[in-house]
Amino acid sequence: MGKQMLNVEHVSMKFCLSRERVDTLKEYVLKKLKGEIRYNEFWALRDVSFTADKGDRVGILGLNGAGKSTLLKVVAGVFKPTEGTVTRRGKIVPLLELGAGFEIQYTGAENIYLYGSMLGYSKPFIREKYDEIVAFSELEDFIDVPVKNYSSGMKSRLGFSIATAVCPEILILDEVLSVGDAKFRKKSEKKIIDMFEKEVTVLFVSHNVEEVLRICNKAVLLDHGRVLASGNVQEVADIYMEMTGEK
Amino acid sequence: MKKLLKGFINYFFLLHELVKRGITLKYRRSYLGIAWSLLEPLLTMIVLTIIFGQLLGHGGKEYPVYVLSGRLLYSFFSQGTTNALKSIRSNAPMIKKVYIPKYLYPLSGVLFNYIIFLISLIVLAAVSIVLGIHPTLYLLQVFVPLIVLFLLTFGLGMILATVGVYFRDMEYLWGVATMLIMYSSAIFYYPEQILSSGNSWILRYNPLFGVIMNFRSAIFGQPMDLFYTFYSLGFSVAALIIGVYLFYKKQDGFILHI
Repeated sequence: MGKQMLNVEHVSMKFCLSRERVDTLKEYVLKKLKGEIRYNEFWALRDVSFTADKGDRVGILGLNGAGKSTLLKVVAGVFKPTEGTVTRRGKIVPLLELGAGFEIQYTGAENIYLYGSMLGYSKPFIREKYDEIVAFSELEDFIDVPVKNYSSGMKSRLGFSIATAVCPEILILDEVLSVGDAKFRKKSEKKIIDMFEKEVTVLFVSHNVEEVLRICNKAVLLDHGRVLASGNVQEVADIYMEMTGEK
Repeated sequence: MKKLLKGFINYFFLLHELVKRGITLKYRRSYLGIAWSLLEPLLTMIVLTIIFGQLLGHGGKEYPVYVLSGRLLYSFFSQGTTNALKSIRSNAPMIKKVYIPKYLYPLSGVLFNYIIFLISLIVLAAVSIVLGIHPTLYLLQVFVPLIVLFLLTFGLGMILATVGVYFRDMEYLWGVATMLIMYSSAIFYYPEQILSSGNSWILRYNPLFGVIMNFRSAIFGQPMDLFYTFYSLGFSVAALIIGVYLFYKKQDGFILHI
C-alpha cells in the first residue's frame, strides 16, 4: 500500500439541460416572465467515491453515458463537482481529446510553448524538453507550419508528445492509446508503459475489458452515474461482462 | 492572500504566453506587423484632423494631439472590453480540456490590448513634439488616467465576460454601447459647449470622458480635474469589485454554457 494520491469523495455532478436552448436575452426574459423555463435535471454522477494510491491503476468501466468521461473531467479539474470533493496530490496530466485546444493559427513550435504553459510547465522546462517533444512527435519538418494545416493525426501526435514530456504523478487516459498510425501507437504505448513502471497513478477509461484487465489492478464500474462495483479489477470486470452479456 | 500570490506566480508564464498570443495573432500575416499599432492611429488622426479640423473649423496645432489622445484611449477601451467579453467563448476548446484559472482569459485579453496601446503612445509623443507641444511637469499626472483606464477596462471586461457566457446578444449590444460611449467621450469635438448646456451629464457621468480629459490635461500642461479623477476612479473600482465578484461566483458554471 502506497501513499494515497487521489481521493474522490461523494462526488455528484448535475447538468441542467434546458429543453429548448435559450440563447438570447429576449428569449430568456420572455420565457422567464411566462415561467416557461424548465430544466431537465440530469445527474451525470451520483455519489461517486473511490480512492487511488501511488502506483494504482484504476480502470473505469461502464456503458455509454454511464458518466466515465465526466468523472475524468471532474478529476482533471475541468468540471467542478456539484457536490462532493476531489483531493489530488501531485501533477496531473490529462490525456483527454488530444489535439483539441491548440491555437490553430499558431505554428507547432509556438503551440508547444502555449500548450505547455497551460499544462503548468515552466519556460525553462519547455526549452529543455523542446527537442525531445519535436523528435517524439516526428514533426520536425512541419514544426514551423501553422497547426491549422495539420492533419488530425499530426495534431494528436503533437498533443501526446507535449502532454507526456513530464512524468506525472497522476495520468488520466481516455482511450487515447490509439494515437496516429500503428508505428506511433506502438511508441506511445511504450511511453505510457514506461510511466507505469515509475509508479504513476493511472485512471484509465476504456470499453475494452481485456485492455483494462491487462493494464489495471483496480476498477470502478459506473452505471447511470452511480458506482455499481469497485475494487479488484477481475471481480469488477466479471460484473461488467455479465452486464454487457459477454459471459 | 498568500495562496493567491503563489497561484499568480505559478501562472505568470501562462499569462505571458496568452498575452503574447494576443499580440502575435493580431498582426500575423500583415506585412507591416506591429508597426500597424503606430501607423493606424496616425492615419486615423490625419483623417479626423482633415474632416473635423479643416471642414468644421477646429483649427490649431493642438487639435491633432487632442483628437489622437482621445482616439487612442477610446480604442484601447473598446478593444479591451470587447476582447474580454469574447474571451471565455473564444477559449472554449481550452477551457473544456485543461483546468487553468479562468480569470486569466479576460485578463490576458485586456492586457495585450493595453500593451499595444502603450506602444502606440509613441505616436502621440512624436506628434506632440513635431507640433511643438512640449512636456511640462504636469505630464507626471499621466499615470493616474492610465491606471484608472486599465482598472475601468478590466473591471467592465470581467462583468462583460461573465454576462457574455450566458447571453451571446451581449456581443452585439456592447458594439452599440461602445459607439454610444465614443460619441459621449468628446473624442473629436471640444466638450465646452455641451458641458455648459443642460445636457452636461452625458459627458460628466461617463467615466471614460473623465479619464480622457485628465489624460489630455497632463499632456497640455494643466492640472487634473478633481471631480473627473475621483468619479472615474470610484466608478472603475466599483466595476472591478462587481466584475471580480460576479466572475468568481459564476465561473464554475461557464463550462456548462460554452
